[in-house]
Amino acid sequence: MVVDNALAHFRASTAAWLEENCPEPMRGAGWSEDEICWGGKRWQFTSDAQRVWLERMAAKGWTAPRWPTEYGGGGLSRAQDKVLAEEMARIGARTPLERIGLRMLGPALLEFGSEAQKQRYLPPIVRGEMRWCQGYSEPGAGSDLAGVQTRAEDAGDHFVVNGQKVWTSYADKADAIFALVRTDRDAPKHKGISFVLIDMESEGVSTRPIRLISGKSPFCETFFDDVRVPKENLVGELNGGWAIAKYLLTHEREMIGGGARGLLGGRAISSILGDSGIDDPVIAADALRTEVDTLAFGLTMERYKDAAEAGQGVGDASAMLKYAGTELNKQRYDLMMAAGGSSALTWDGEGALAPEWLRTKANSIEGGTSEVMLGIIARRILELPA
Amino acid sequence: MSAAAPASLVETDDEALLRDAARGFLAGADPLARLRAMRDEGRATDPELWREMAAMGWAGVLVDEANGGSAMGHRAAGILAEEMGRTLALSPFTSSAVMAATALAGRATDRLSAVAAGDLSYAIAVDEGPKHNLATTALAASRVGNRYRLDGCKRFVADGGAADRILVLARTGGSPGGADGLTVFDLEADRAGIERTRRDSIDARDAADITFNGVEATGDDVLGDEGNGLAAIAPAIRAGQAAVAAELAGLSAGAFAMTVDYLKDRKQFGVPIGSFQALQHRAAHLWTHMEVTASAIAHAGRALDDDADTAQLAVSLAKARAADTARLAVAEGVQMHGGIGMTDAHNMGFFVKRARVATEWLGDYGHHAAHVARLRR
Repeated sequence: MVVDNALAHFRASTAAWLEENCPEPMRGAGWSEDEICWGGKRWQFTSDAQRVWLERMAAKGWTAPRWPTEYGGGGLSRAQDKVLAEEMARIGARTPLERIGLRMLGPALLEFGSEAQKQRYLPPIVRGEMRWCQGYSEPGAGSDLAGVQTRAEDAGDHFVVNGQKVWTSYADKADAIFALVRTDRDAPKHKGISFVLIDMESEGVSTRPIRLISGKSPFCETFFDDVRVPKENLVGELNGGWAIAKYLLTHEREMIGGGARGLLGGRAISSILGDSGIDDPVIAADALRTEVDTLAFGLTMERYKDAAEAGQGVGDASAMLKYAGTELNKQRYDLMMAAGGSSALTWDGEGALAPEWLRTKANSIEGGTSEVMLGIIARRILELPA
Repeated sequence: MSAAAPASLVETDDEALLRDAARGFLAGADPLARLRAMRDEGRATDPELWREMAAMGWAGVLVDEANGGSAMGHRAAGILAEEMGRTLALSPFTSSAVMAATALAGRATDRLSAVAAGDLSYAIAVDEGPKHNLATTALAASRVGNRYRLDGCKRFVADGGAADRILVLARTGGSPGGADGLTVFDLEADRAGIERTRRDSIDARDAADITFNGVEATGDDVLGDEGNGLAAIAPAIRAGQAAVAAELAGLSAGAFAMTVDYLKDRKQFGVPIGSFQALQHRAAHLWTHMEVTASAIAHAGRALDDDADTAQLAVSLAKARAADTARLAVAEGVQMHGGIGMTDAHNMGFFVKRARVATEWLGDYGHHAAHVARLRR
């Protein structure tokens, strides 16, 4: 029981620290995408509390609780990380910093990056000083991602990059982009791709936001016109980018699926509906089903995390988590829109859910569509014939 | 929130060994062939198969070592139930080794030892109407001097036709609909005044209506406290619900395995039908459904082992999900097999029928989903 005592101690000290250090405005449920702190050189904090909260958490490495301390992370064990998450949830503490760099590039650099790349890029990510975006999809490479055409040509000590990316999240606000580029046009399509890091302030990079049905523009088109990229910005092997892409896609699927769980984890749907005074048997029945599915999905995320902790990789099952989590999130928002009635139909104001509801429609497209996920499950897990 | 790290939902080495052993034994025993033969002969029980299971210790999985069991716990019981569900192995496991063993623990050790050895079987007689509901119990246990007289009828009691003894939930006070005034009696099945009528259940298993006509009982027959029968029976029902949920999850996996094999074997238009994207996506959706349910099953077992009194939410979640998954698994099983899946010669029909019966047993989807919502509020 030594371990449990240590964990109990960690819980107590964490709770005390959070109580003392989490500013009051950074607590409480029901915050929207607009209130998320994304960090980066150009980030304008929405409040002093947001800035203080980020600084304090980053100083402990708790913006990246499980990363090694040598790169600025918290160095926590999985059990401690869980305790931290639970204690933050208990007081309703907001996530101090989101997420592309923390959840996507960071893990990839830890796995595939050189020591110099880790030293250079990880600490600023932890501190929220560098905001990243992901350059994967192209107009001609959506579900068929390995069809990327943006090319990087060898020019001695640097590459020259030309092409176009699309659906780049917040490219107009990011400091840098990690991108898949074609470095060998003659090789089979999966074998001629490299993974490079590009400074968004480089000459020749431009972005154009895409207005979505939600009225917002979280995604951009990103253009590269003779952009010089130093060779030290290549991550992993030349033409070895597909392995990193697949690793990251697995992460992204877990993240998107798990993000649904995060949204769902808090209040019981039945209590949300109960408070709304709705008396509709169909909505009530949908709420029961959504509640059951939500809890079971949360346990599934838990089970796969436990398996990962026990050394069993999630692998292709991330497709299942992504599919289940995103479809569930859409189901939940459809239900909440129905429960909200006309009060949910405006762009903002009390009870307005429409932007979030519209946003969820993309959950089952981004990071690989539900149909791509089902295909991965069918062929790689069930081993059904091609 | 406890200080201890929550138990992992991943199987332990011991649990994996238990699963392998169970699967190995059942692969050799071919329960599906036995079920078909029994059905054709009009028999509803398979005592030889249960004897072999008991010899491996399955009957004592929840019983403490002092009473001849292995005390492996509810997660282990769930693993056995899953493996039995996968092969449709028929046994009084859930009624006797799970529910009766839970109810008798700490109360009737002589009978508990006999259950653990597989020498004594029980039926749990609670429901009187077509849906599971303990509170509506009306079967009367009237006081006559210092004795009781039981009158009433229990419907569609699982394992009720062949059980040696019956745990019957009766009303000694209060009125139907109320949770108070219930009392559990532990009676031998052949006591004077008990009449059992076998029901022709679609799953070919033992189900019986049990009528109590002036059955005499004494205080010695009462399990737990008079008037507080819910406290005596609820833990047993909860454990039973988790076991049936596990059985349904196993049943889904069994039906799914047959279906995926068929998708790989069956050729139409010159190719395996499993190469068609429409069927691939349906199979992948079903697998996803099963994976999510598997988590709820593991969680229910862990919750019961951790603190049975607070495990109802976890158990109801498991039973609701398992019922939903089984409904989908057998429906897709038939559809993807096409015409052959509709024939009696094919085994899929056995899965369809058992899924429906096990879904009703101890509460269906709506019953448990409503529990989940209520317990979450």
